[in-house]
Amino acid sequence: MTGSSPTGRVDARRLLCPMPVIRTQAAAEGLAKGSEIEILATDPGVLHDIPAWCRVHGHEVVHTERSGREIRLIIRIGSS
Amino acid sequence: MVAQRKAVALISGGLDSMLAAKVILEQGVHVEGINFYTGFCVEGHTHAIRQQDEKKPKRNNALWVAEQLGIRLNIIDVAEDYRQEVMLNPRHGYGKHLNPCIDCKVFMVSRAMHWAEAHGYDFVITGEVIGQRPMSQRKGTMPLIASESGAEDRLLRPLCAQKLPATLPEREGWVNRDALFAFHGRDRSPQIALAERYGFSDYAQPAGGCCFLTDASYTRKLRDLWKHRGKRDYELDDIVLLKVGRHIRPGPNYKLIISREEGENHFLEGYRREFVALRTLSHPGPLTLVDGDPGATDLDFAARIVARYSKGRDAEQVRVQIERGGEPERILDVLPAQPAEIPADWLL
Repeated sequence: MTGSSPTGRVDARRLLCPMPVIRTQAAAEGLAKGSEIEILATDPGVLHDIPAWCRVHGHEVVHTERSGREIRLIIRIGSS
Repeated sequence: MVAQRKAVALISGGLDSMLAAKVILEQGVHVEGINFYTGFCVEGHTHAIRQQDEKKPKRNNALWVAEQLGIRLNIIDVAEDYRQEVMLNPRHGYGKHLNPCIDCKVFMVSRAMHWAEAHGYDFVITGEVIGQRPMSQRKGTMPLIASESGAEDRLLRPLCAQKLPATLPEREGWVNRDALFAFHGRDRSPQIALAERYGFSDYAQPAGGCCFLTDASYTRKLRDLWKHRGKRDYELDDIVLLKVGRHIRPGPNYKLIISREEGENHFLEGYRREFVALRTLSHPGPLTLVDGDPGATDLDFAARIVARYSKGRDAEQVRVQIERGGEPERILDVLPAQPAEIPADWLL
């Protein structure tokens, strides 16, 4: 878990992939390096797609948790 | 020093667009990927919905391809514009099913070209191959797509470029035409050989398999939706729900969407408050949504159909709850419908 509060929040619950990625992409636009985004989702596809999207764009997944069907991720914006 | 040229590649997640981007990357061009979400994409949704797919990797193939190529990928939601500009009124018509492939390609190349212009990119790449697809990849269609999209000679198809007139990137020497290809026809062996040369051994089954609009069963349900709503239109939830469950239409005013397994049950739960819903209480059974405007008698019969698809199908009586807006409305004890009472042509 990270220490500071995330800069952005994406509520992608009930959305199917790739919409959670698209919403995260929009939330990440213009954010400074080191900013964090919290993502809430229910599509288990995010467990693969968000990390893949982060790798492609130079960001980092810093926290993942799953509670029932709900998934919470925190990503940190990288240099790209 | 010569500035590095930049290209945006349409990345579907299949092999051809992956190879096309790789060919241009190998020539020292900076490539960035673009992928459009229309709402009709196959894999993400079906993986998310169906429990039986849980053992399969849930990767997004476009992202996976970008990762293999080491390029960035922009996924863009075009669902609403796609509905209006492509799906409902395709200028070039539909293919075998409801696939507006030519208009779709024009739309996507046009969007990619706008993106390229807005971001300082020089040209657009696609994985098209002449003769590969019956509609959008015929030789006569290639110049039409370049022209109607507005990309003109900034549209480069690296896999079949040598079969087409030289484009601006070739004429200007941004790419070496001699190092491009002359693939054509439906034979996939040249692509498979090129994939081997680049060391790509794991790739999605290409060419047309990623869009529900080429699927006979899906498009039958979409036609049915249009027919019974009296208009050719849809919302995103409509086209998502066509991918889920068993669809049975007992009457023109209503149809049933019956989940087939636990994953679909969970998925339909999310829509329960927006529909009349039926669930069996006395026996394990599927969650069923009723789309349309059913009367009380219709729901009585719907309850018997739902009972038929429950574990109580052979019981003398099954208890079914009807819900409206997520709240219980009434409970019925019903005799499960017999197979003869559900004609085959009700199943969409």
